[in-house]
Amino acid sequence: MTAARSRRIRRWRMARNGFFLVLSVMAAGLGLLSLTLILYSLFYHGLHGLSSKVFTEMTPPPGMDGGLANAIFGSFAMSAVAVAAGTPIGLLAGTYLAEYGRYSRFSFLVRFVNDILLSAPSIIVGLFIYEVMVARMGHFSGWAGAAALTVIVIPVVVRTTENMLLLVPNGLREAAAALGAPRVAVIKVVTWRAARAGIVTGVLLAIARISGETAPLLFTALNNQFWSTDMNQPLANLPYVIYQFAMSPYDDWHRLAWEGALLITVAVLALSIIARILEGKRS
Amino acid sequence: MVRRSGFRDARFHLLTATAAIIVLGIFGGVITALGVGSMPAIRAFGFDFLTTETWNPVTEKFGALASMYGTVISSFIAMLIAVPVGIGIAIFLTEICPRALRRLIGIAIELLAGIPSIIYGIWGLFVFAPIFQATAQPWIIDRLQDVPVLQDLFAGPPYGIGIFTASLILSIMILPFISAVTRDVFETVPSTQKEAAYALGCTTWEVMWQVVLPFSRPGVVGGAMLALGRALGETMAVTFVIGNAHRITESLFAPGTSISATIANEFSEAVGDLYYSSLIELGLILFGITFIVLAVAQLMLRALERRAGGVAA
Repeated sequence: MTAARSRRIRRWRMARNGFFLVLSVMAAGLGLLSLTLILYSLFYHGLHGLSSKVFTEMTPPPGMDGGLANAIFGSFAMSAVAVAAGTPIGLLAGTYLAEYGRYSRFSFLVRFVNDILLSAPSIIVGLFIYEVMVARMGHFSGWAGAAALTVIVIPVVVRTTENMLLLVPNGLREAAAALGAPRVAVIKVVTWRAARAGIVTGVLLAIARISGETAPLLFTALNNQFWSTDMNQPLANLPYVIYQFAMSPYDDWHRLAWEGALLITVAVLALSIIARILEGKRS
Repeated sequence: MVRRSGFRDARFHLLTATAAIIVLGIFGGVITALGVGSMPAIRAFGFDFLTTETWNPVTEKFGALASMYGTVISSFIAMLIAVPVGIGIAIFLTEICPRALRRLIGIAIELLAGIPSIIYGIWGLFVFAPIFQATAQPWIIDRLQDVPVLQDLFAGPPYGIGIFTASLILSIMILPFISAVTRDVFETVPSTQKEAAYALGCTTWEVMWQVVLPFSRPGVVGGAMLALGRALGETMAVTFVIGNAHRITESLFAPGTSISATIANEFSEAVGDLYYSSLIELGLILFGITFIVLAVAQLMLRALERRAGGVAA
């Protein structure tokens, strides 16, 4: 009687175990499948008509042949400005959190606010820059787009910089200080150098993050159908062109949207892989 | 010499502190800018803004209810799907997956978490929505037409795009995020605890359900809240497929809108101060909602870090 009962319980436990394990394998399959499907369609549609024209010709009016050259340039220019402006601020703020105010109340607040900014909706950043820059200047501009991207770069760099500096053993700092190095030298010569690979990784991740950001550019950089290098004017950029072309009813615009999407994804994946390799070297 | 380096020290200290203050300044600036920008709308509509469904640029009568509804419902459904599937993937990665594949699949999932949201949007619009419209949607509508409650939630016609489609795309988007966080938390469970449970004769599922999950609950919940914060504010993936209709419909298959989709679609074409201001107030509401969710997430994850004896207290 009890033997039969315990066999029944055992069978039930094994069945339940098998059921849930199958479910979790299916979950993994589902996740990998949907993500493979996305990459597959991206390459299928994006490689379809990809030619060098994409890099040399301007965004066309509907029905005409063209490329994405002006959008690619605009994206590059705004990302470059954003990284150039955001990295020093992020690096210094991250350094403050890890080196000077590690346990202070002020740092707790900065950390909290920074992590909120890190995950806050990017469209809010667009609204913010619109209010403080575009509305004042009276027109959309490449500078405004770059400013919006800067606001996104800063929290990413702050977070990775702090994390990486915290990994540097205190013994290194103490050894440098014992040799008589002032604190600023300890930071610049010892801890920054020890954490360099990690900090570079953070910057790469920040670039990956902003190269696909669309929402903050919608009402800051807007778009420009023509070749323009004037940061004071509306500036073409890949994400906006993808958005505009994909939402249009024209087939050739759809094709260019796919090509742009492929370019962005390849760039983002390449950056993430490089970041990963750098990170691997460190550890 | 000593005085000089003391001066340089103080200057560098000040410089880094200034950078930290800039971070606070950005946050304060966002709140101030949105607050000032939405004053005209707050003055014109007051509290009614939150309870009115109408969104009419012609008569300049604006209410946030339809957008808020879309934001909350689409994120809710996305979480319903992504949390169990994400935890399933984490279980697969920590317990079932062969060791050789573990790292590879883990990296793949992390890389895919970095794919920009506009890619999910364009894929949802051109690939997923047409297939969904032609296959699953009519089937679901047909099967559920005699089931009470569900028949209203999944009522036709099949448009392809709509709130439910937006939820599905969102769930795919936040999935890698949830599974990556969950896997990391699972790995913090001391292996002695798991081994002890196995030694008592527990099955894998029992170990996961009774040892690993209870131990890592704060981390899993915190990670899920972070993902929820992403979902609530996600703009491009939703804008492409939600349908952009300012109304609240019982059917999840009907087109709707969300706060972020409304702002993305209408902001650069808005005319009139009140229209602008209403859109900015929508932004302020979104910021408020995500702030609360993200703050709770952070506090939970911080508590976990402290418990794990992490460096960042």
